[in-house]
Amino acid sequence: MSWSETLRTALEAISARRLRSVLTTLGILIGIAAVMLTVGLGQGAQQTVRDQIGKLGSNLLIVSPGSSTTSGLRGGRGSASTLTTRDATMLSDPSVAPDIAALAPVSTSSQSVVAGTTNWTTQVVGTTPSWFPVRSRTTTDGRFFTSAEESAAAQVAVIGTTTATELFGRRSPVGQTITIDGSAYSVIGVLDSIGSSTTSDEDDTVVIPGTTYAARLTSTGNAASISTLYLKATSQQSLSAAYQEAHAALLVSHGVTAASADFTIASQESLVATATSTDRTLTILLAGIAAISLLVGGIGVMNIMLVSVTERIREIGLRKALGATPRAVRRQFLTEASALGLAGGVLGLALGYAGARLLPSLIDQPVTIEPYVAAGALLISVAIGIGAGVYPATRAARLAPIDALRSE
Amino acid sequence: MSASWGSQILRLTEVSKTYATGSLEVAALREVSFTVEAGEYLAIMGPSGSGKSTLMHILGCLDVPTSGVYELAGQDVTGLSEAELAEIRNARIGFVFQQFNLLPTLSAWRNVALPLCYSGTPAAERRERAVAALERVGLGDRIDHRPGELSGGQQQRVAIARALVTDPSLLLADEPTGNLDSASTEDVLRLLDELNDSGRTIALITHEADVAARARRTLRIRDGRLEDLVTSGVGA
Repeated sequence: MSWSETLRTALEAISARRLRSVLTTLGILIGIAAVMLTVGLGQGAQQTVRDQIGKLGSNLLIVSPGSSTTSGLRGGRGSASTLTTRDATMLSDPSVAPDIAALAPVSTSSQSVVAGTTNWTTQVVGTTPSWFPVRSRTTTDGRFFTSAEESAAAQVAVIGTTTATELFGRRSPVGQTITIDGSAYSVIGVLDSIGSSTTSDEDDTVVIPGTTYAARLTSTGNAASISTLYLKATSQQSLSAAYQEAHAALLVSHGVTAASADFTIASQESLVATATSTDRTLTILLAGIAAISLLVGGIGVMNIMLVSVTERIREIGLRKALGATPRAVRRQFLTEASALGLAGGVLGLALGYAGARLLPSLIDQPVTIEPYVAAGALLISVAIGIGAGVYPATRAARLAPIDALRSE
Repeated sequence: MSASWGSQILRLTEVSKTYATGSLEVAALREVSFTVEAGEYLAIMGPSGSGKSTLMHILGCLDVPTSGVYELAGQDVTGLSEAELAEIRNARIGFVFQQFNLLPTLSAWRNVALPLCYSGTPAAERRERAVAALERVGLGDRIDHRPGELSGGQQQRVAIARALVTDPSLLLADEPTGNLDSASTEDVLRLLDELNDSGRTIALITHEADVAARARRTLRIRDGRLEDLVTSGVGA
């Protein structure tokens, strides 16, 4: 019997029992849609985190000071002031770290910023002009501060769009004056808007020269201390080399071993991995539950196929009498089962995509359905159909024609 | 048929069939031997339980004998695999059942074309041959009707068309008129007569004497044994 004839026979058998076929398909449909949506939710969440961390810049390594131990009390990460501008100067030397293209030492603190009669508490960042290329930022209005302004400790500031709106409303901030901790700064530029990263609103910030920051906003007296050092590798490929170089150089200059390192270096990838590990566990759990529903759907297909074989025992006997080989009978029932599975898969796919469109507006979570997940879902649905059909089809194929013909 | 084998369509040599039900062995056929020539019209008669259904199953290659040799169109079919038997049934035998056994969801011509699906006949040729077979049984105007839209006699004629469509060596009819009223019975029997007149070999299993009387030769079976050979009608 040709494949087209087998397929036609299978489709006719399915459509002859329409309600039952629809109900059978429903099990697979729900399972496929559930798997797609849970995987899609997980991937959507990962994508969000990836995007947010991507906003930090590209090919980035982030060096943070390690924890300090004072009188036996161990502070949290970043509590020690072990990272200094000297580290930055050392790592900027190409002979020490040839794979680091640029770096930006950053000191941050939360400060109250005043403009006229308005005040706004925001993150003030003291850094070098290299911060802009390292963090892949540009200005939409005005300009960055220059190296000359940095070495002169000029009182200039570049502000984020959120800060600009909060302080100046719709007025153009460039040329205006803001006051931070009693010192006046003139606003020379507005940063491009990139939205929120994992930790903060990247548009709510004031960037000033690091020298100015050290001179005017450092109360600890440790002017050289920095809170974060951003390193930009020369390329994606040299990222791990840059990591090795920075790690080794910092260990030597701080006079510590790897075990007692007073700093940590994170890459964007490691940040993504950390940020998504919880999500991933949850996704696997949910996808597991969805997979169980798929399995139950498969059992439903098998059940119906067994009923179908029993009901059509005379038809099987007749087909055998007319010359159907056991192989042809098996193939017919397998085709029928896989067609049921595929139908469930296709409908489940449609439901999954519909859910992916609808769900984000309901639960405020992005759902990303990758093409390979959709293709995989289809393959799985067919595999379930075939898997569920093997036993019933074999039973049909093994029926003795006379027993099959005799039954009423 | 091949010349070396003469005109014999089938030959049974001491064919026996025993069924084991638990510890009990039931002999359904005991050393049955006979031959059928090409173009014969043979009736096999016997009361229920006589073994005529078992004989019909063996003749139709639906079952295999426990011992003895069954040759169909020159080929020994004892010891063939299920798949090989299926091919023999498809190519050599046309079945007509008491219950018609038409598939209710298929139109008349697709029911008739069913055996051709299993012989790998191209689709266009299947329809052509099915329609020709339906015309042969006088149902050329019913090709697209489903079995439910046809009378019992018409359904049995569709079944006969299905049995003829592969041009088999043997037409095997098992109580073909058992479910029909007398008018339809006459229709079907006349059709079988015509087919035999045009050279078709027919074996008909029945328990009705007036149906058996249409055949040229009657085998009586009782308790699994052939009783005697009775020749009736024009004689063969």
